[in-house]
Amino acid sequence: MSPKQSDRRWFLKSGAALAGLAVGASANALPAAAESAPDIDELHKYGERSHFVESVRTGSINNPERRLKDEPVAFGLRSPLQDQVGMITPSALHFIVSHGYEPPDIDPREHRFLIHGMVDRPLIFTMDELKRLPSVSRFHFIECHGNSSPGGPGGPERKAVTATAQDTHGFTSCSLWTGVQLSLLLKEAGVRKGATWITAEGADASKHSKSIPIGKALDDAIVAYGMNGEPIRPEQGFPLRLVTPGWQGINNVKWLRRIQVVDEPYMAMMETSRYPSVKLDGKSRWFEFELGPKSVITRPSGGQRLPVQGYYEISGLAWSGAGAIRRVEVSIDGGRTWKDAQLHDPIAKKAHTRFTAPWNWNGEEAVLQSRCTDDQGTVQPTVAEVAKLWGADVAYLKNTSTIVGDFNAIQPWKVNRDGSVQNALF
Amino acid sequence: MRFSKLLAVGIALLASRAALAQTPSYTGVGRTPTKEEIQAVDISAGPDGKGLPAGQGTAKEGAPIFAEKCAVCHGANAEGAKIGPRLTGGQAEIDSLKTMKPVRTVGGYWPYATSVWDYINRAMPRNNAGTLTPSEVYALTAFILAKSNIVKEDDVMDAKTLPKVQMPNRNGFVPPRYQDVVDEHKRGCKQGVCP
Repeated sequence: MSPKQSDRRWFLKSGAALAGLAVGASANALPAAAESAPDIDELHKYGERSHFVESVRTGSINNPERRLKDEPVAFGLRSPLQDQVGMITPSALHFIVSHGYEPPDIDPREHRFLIHGMVDRPLIFTMDELKRLPSVSRFHFIECHGNSSPGGPGGPERKAVTATAQDTHGFTSCSLWTGVQLSLLLKEAGVRKGATWITAEGADASKHSKSIPIGKALDDAIVAYGMNGEPIRPEQGFPLRLVTPGWQGINNVKWLRRIQVVDEPYMAMMETSRYPSVKLDGKSRWFEFELGPKSVITRPSGGQRLPVQGYYEISGLAWSGAGAIRRVEVSIDGGRTWKDAQLHDPIAKKAHTRFTAPWNWNGEEAVLQSRCTDDQGTVQPTVAEVAKLWGADVAYLKNTSTIVGDFNAIQPWKVNRDGSVQNALF
Repeated sequence: MRFSKLLAVGIALLASRAALAQTPSYTGVGRTPTKEEIQAVDISAGPDGKGLPAGQGTAKEGAPIFAEKCAVCHGANAEGAKIGPRLTGGQAEIDSLKTMKPVRTVGGYWPYATSVWDYINRAMPRNNAGTLTPSEVYALTAFILAKSNIVKEDDVMDAKTLPKVQMPNRNGFVPPRYQDVVDEHKRGCKQGVCP
């Protein structure tokens, strides 16, 4: 909704309520006023943000039918990181990638979750039953493996000099996920000897299916029904989502309806055909799961403008699929010198961590970058380092048409003398 | 006598402990699904043919079904159209993988024929998934593979033959098997990028 529409909705709602009050007053003051009261209260039952706040996701669900109508088709919807504070992504702004499918409209009373395959006791649960089981609540990011990739369908916006932090890094979000540990459910079902994998399946129109090694399933995976204190949003998997902390977004199966315990990867479409990374030797890398350490300065960032010289707090997000963020360094001179940034609580494993650093802008050109280190000691690489690890050069990263999966290079923002901030990746 | 009594108690205790370990810890939460409840959603097919149902089809049989239900999005010969991607492919597409513009199609990229069956069965036709019979899915799979010259017009695809189909790009993936990377740390991933 645009701010104007929001304005109008507010006006119509309160207008109607006021009209009700006026009519009531002329006839029988007290009872009518009481009747009209719920109309005003209706506005507050599920709160909306101020209509002065305009931050929204950009892009579209990659629905191929849009192409017929010549409507813009994007890779998904990106989260406006540059407008966010703290480390939680508002649920309404969590990024969306759903392989072209709209969220299904699932009645939670009808929804069932099945565990079967190589187990002693196949089990089927209602949502109410899942909520009776011991629960956990954990901060975890979910990130699309194509996030910040210079190639692929989102590449042009990501590489543009005018790109915002949303354009460059908007396919990651962080939430407080609540649910049942998958290990508990699998223990209840009794995993049989020889079981090595699970397939997790959603109830969307494409029945998205993903193979996951049993080690992850028994480690920290969560069958989640809660997101930031309320039921998971439909776009994020209502009523049930598998959360695989720190692993590529594709593993976090939305609208989860079934887990089958098996003894080999089932090699479904997405994991064999869409998501492997094609490298220049012609070989594709698959069975890539864990996301590397990554960080981005969200303020100041691309598209913003510093109005005057003087003090600014540099602020950004850092995360790693391997664990907690231990250190973030910030450079204001294009990477020649680095200073430690301050990490803000909560600092959780496999979660966004907010960092800040003080900065006095002297009006000269500056290149701002952040570099994080996770608790395994792994340091976020430069673009040149990523290229080397890919067996390619920077020109390849810049020009390839394919997704550079798990691209986690340091992101530079150039601050010009006029205060404008630009994407300076290449 | 006394000793054997103790032994018996001991055995009984061990037996009850074993029984306890077998018993679910959270009583009354979840139940055993019926056979029908499992069958209704048990659709996954693995690379060696696990999960593939009875039924069969050839490319010839698939042609009229493709024309009726798939061509509108994927083109008459699976060459791709405005909505649906191209499905055919071969050596030229495999060669493209070494360039800046790799092309990934079913025929020229997908490593397993079973994934084609599985994906058609679970997701196609778009907005009408779940309406094809297993034999129709076999026939459509055969049709797409035949259009890429991977199988012949009359080759019968079923639960036994489909897993044996050699896809042209089958060896284009590393590591070949997951077993080769069971220990993620031995894989040599550096700074989040794996070799």
